[in-house]
Amino acid sequence: MDSLPGDHGRGGGATPVSRRARAPRAAPGARAPYPFAAIVAQEEMLRALLIAAVDGSIGGVLVLGDRGTGKSTAVRALAALLPPMRAVEGCRFGCDPGDAAALCEACRGRGRRRAVEAPVPVVDLPLGATEDRVAGALDIERALAEGVKAFEPGLLARAHRGFLYIDEVNLLEDHLVDLLLDVAASGENLVEREGISIRHPARFVLVGSGNPEEGELRPQLLDRFGLCVEVRTPTDLPTRIEVIRRRDAYERDHAGFCAAWEKEQARLRRRILAARARIAGVEVPDAALERAAQLCMALGTDGLRGELTLIRAARAHAALEGRERVGDAELRAVASPALRHRLRRNPLDETSSSARVARAVGELFGP
Amino acid sequence: MNAAGDGRAGSRAAPDQRAAALLLAVDPVGLGGAVLRAAPGPGRDGWLALLRAALPAPGAWRRMPASVPDSRLLGGLDLAATLAAGRPVAERGLLAEADGGVLLLAMAERVAPGTAARIVAVMDAREVTLERDGLARRLPARFGLVALDEGIEDEGVAEALRDRLAFHVAPAAPDASAAPPDIAAARARLHAVVVPHDVTRALCSAAAALGIASLRAPMLAQRAAVAAAALAGRDSVIAEDAALAARLVLAPRATCLPEAEAAPSPDQGDAQEAPRGEGSDAPLEDHVLDAVRAVLPEGLLAGLGAGLRDAARRGAADGRASARHTTPLRGRPAGTRQGELRAGARLALVETLRVAAPWQRLRRRDVGPRLVVKREDIRLRRFESPQETTAIFLVDASGSAAMHRLAEAKGAVELLLADCYVRRDRVALIGFRGRGADILLPPTASLVRAKRSLAELPGGGGTPLAAGLDAARGMADSCRRAGRAPLLVLLTDGRANVARDGTGGRAQAEADALDAAKPLRLAAVPALLIDTAPRPLPFAKDLAAAMGARYLPLPMADAARLSGAVRDAAA
Repeated sequence: MDSLPGDHGRGGGATPVSRRARAPRAAPGARAPYPFAAIVAQEEMLRALLIAAVDGSIGGVLVLGDRGTGKSTAVRALAALLPPMRAVEGCRFGCDPGDAAALCEACRGRGRRRAVEAPVPVVDLPLGATEDRVAGALDIERALAEGVKAFEPGLLARAHRGFLYIDEVNLLEDHLVDLLLDVAASGENLVEREGISIRHPARFVLVGSGNPEEGELRPQLLDRFGLCVEVRTPTDLPTRIEVIRRRDAYERDHAGFCAAWEKEQARLRRRILAARARIAGVEVPDAALERAAQLCMALGTDGLRGELTLIRAARAHAALEGRERVGDAELRAVASPALRHRLRRNPLDETSSSARVARAVGELFGP
Repeated sequence: MNAAGDGRAGSRAAPDQRAAALLLAVDPVGLGGAVLRAAPGPGRDGWLALLRAALPAPGAWRRMPASVPDSRLLGGLDLAATLAAGRPVAERGLLAEADGGVLLLAMAERVAPGTAARIVAVMDAREVTLERDGLARRLPARFGLVALDEGIEDEGVAEALRDRLAFHVAPAAPDASAAPPDIAAARARLHAVVVPHDVTRALCSAAAALGIASLRAPMLAQRAAVAAAALAGRDSVIAEDAALAARLVLAPRATCLPEAEAAPSPDQGDAQEAPRGEGSDAPLEDHVLDAVRAVLPEGLLAGLGAGLRDAARRGAADGRASARHTTPLRGRPAGTRQGELRAGARLALVETLRVAAPWQRLRRRDVGPRLVVKREDIRLRRFESPQETTAIFLVDASGSAAMHRLAEAKGAVELLLADCYVRRDRVALIGFRGRGADILLPPTASLVRAKRSLAELPGGGGTPLAAGLDAARGMADSCRRAGRAPLLVLLTDGRANVARDGTGGRAQAEADALDAAKPLRLAAVPALLIDTAPRPLPFAKDLAAAMGARYLPLPMADAARLSGAVRDAAA
């Protein structure tokens, strides 16, 4: 594929796309991530991440909480946990061969699309990343060496169909937040550079983590997250000891520790797959819809997004738990993460959002 | 808060300080590093020299300034090399350069939260994930970080960093007497050291007893114990190692005193004790100041300041009084960003040329051999201006307060004023007595004026608390409009007896005061209520809650001496 100067990208996928390796190689001696299954306690966070793994349309997960509670450990552990996906062979964006509507231009132009197994990307967006690497830009190497305009996809392209993780999301620069909001809303990324214009699908589950003490999130960004979980340091001694023990074992022998947990990991992986297969069949009775609406009304959440996320999350939760329909128990399990960040702030009410959700759930569903 | 505590706990034990340096040399990556809280001087240099001498192999020893741009911190495109070579050449940042060695972070108390977050992300991953300037690289970065904390009073290293650095030491005197032990052998032994379960348990419960929430503390303590065992040539951690680890890692992080039976080892007393006066021979003025200082918890203003910054962010997020000041033209440089070059923006010329350079070959095809800079190359300077704070002192000068302890209150204000001066805050003074409130001093940076108007503040009359609060709110609003962050310090005995309309009557006056307090909380004005009453009444506490203020009773001291001394000092 060669460059056509002056070509404007749209139609036919004429702009070459760099075909360098999708992700930079890990530094030699890099550690395997801590196994997801070995994380102690923090049920709410783990549940939310599993729900997002089952139903990506939930709209992302925000993890807020104390230092040293394993927020980023849990998210980074997802990569090794997620079952592989099917992708079009040779596609830089990892298009889904089964979803004709969401193909990138290059794939649309392809006559026959061979499907291969690929790992689900979990992409880190590090603070300090520059806009050109986030959105993608021209391939600097080819521009220098060959004088060719080729598109070099960025992190958004790499995260397509997977997860985009931002640690310390509240410290992310404003212009990157704007970019993310734009792409997350439209599901595609548009890059215009050196007279070429590239459009590619970029649908990902946004996962953010942060410590609220470092600063608050912009409301627009907060709203983008489907689920918001709060993590607290475990306070009971046995749990704390277990955390230290496992972490120490992992630090001493990454490979051995991961191998020891592989069986549990495989079990979780099967559970995700089973839940994905089951989710379409999970029944949401009218009574549950009504309950969800009542809860949102009682809490005065803004807009319909809260209700929608509540129902979706409850359905994914039911699928994960192997249940056939959504009932009070499922709604109750996901009410806090689905709604706590959607409450209007009342400066005269000292109670935390979590407590307010819990109170409303208690009043509605009984103790 | 904790910072000053470290100093005293650390300065007692020179052997412990030496141990910290040696343990860090054994396991720099696992222990994260150390916070060295000391002014530059022989103590600090001695400790660093000890660490450097102890490190085996010629590892990296890099020094990093507090405000380091991302390109230098994380790395990026080496433009000169790139253009010369005709292919992208990555330039390693300081974090990658420090791989295998030690990174010194100078003036660590000044590190911006964003920079701290970048550093800790790299420490956690033990590699730099570079996504900059068209480059995507992962570079190993395994290092120990030594944060040189030169903060005075309440300044300190960002929590995110403190949490990850095992040792918090305040080195006193250099101790280079003994030759460092065999660190290389200890390193080789490190992985074989066994941690008995009861050691893990003991460290965890000690951390819990000391009120340490973060799980990183016991984790780091355990690693320190392992390093200590390895250093001593043992292959199992013994009680002595655990005790050393607890002293070095847990004690400086303590937030409360352990209950009698709980903590096994750490010797904690000093870290919590408030400073005392120097004895009777010190000048009385100092004595008074010390006495007042003793009841004002350390870091009080700092804590409020943190709340203030949060409130400022919240304000901005809600679209209310935009407290975060994004001045495009002044402040401290905060990197560059892509943007339109319009009035009020400052071009980052070098950065723009850097961005444009790699594309020149491509662009020359169309326009011939000259430099082509396109609009999308334009980079603008970004600045962050630290928000100025205005501390509004609202002083109750009513008859009841005057009778009780107006003079002492003035002394307290004076102390706080000095604190404001150190932090370059502006101050304002409002007094209320009789039927209303007077602005005695509009916001000023002049401490002398503040002192003078404070001294001239007469006492007597009723307590129109509501009027005082209304005046304070008005001033807080105007501060916000001027782009400053208000901070309210209210000194009162809480005996409100004049209502808003100027009539007497306790019930109505109290109701009005509570009413006047609420808007302050709605506006999220950080506030401190210092209760000067000899026997604090519950109303003052309610008032503090209503205005969202921190409540601080100023207990009875030797009133006669206190007030006399303050009068002398103010004269």
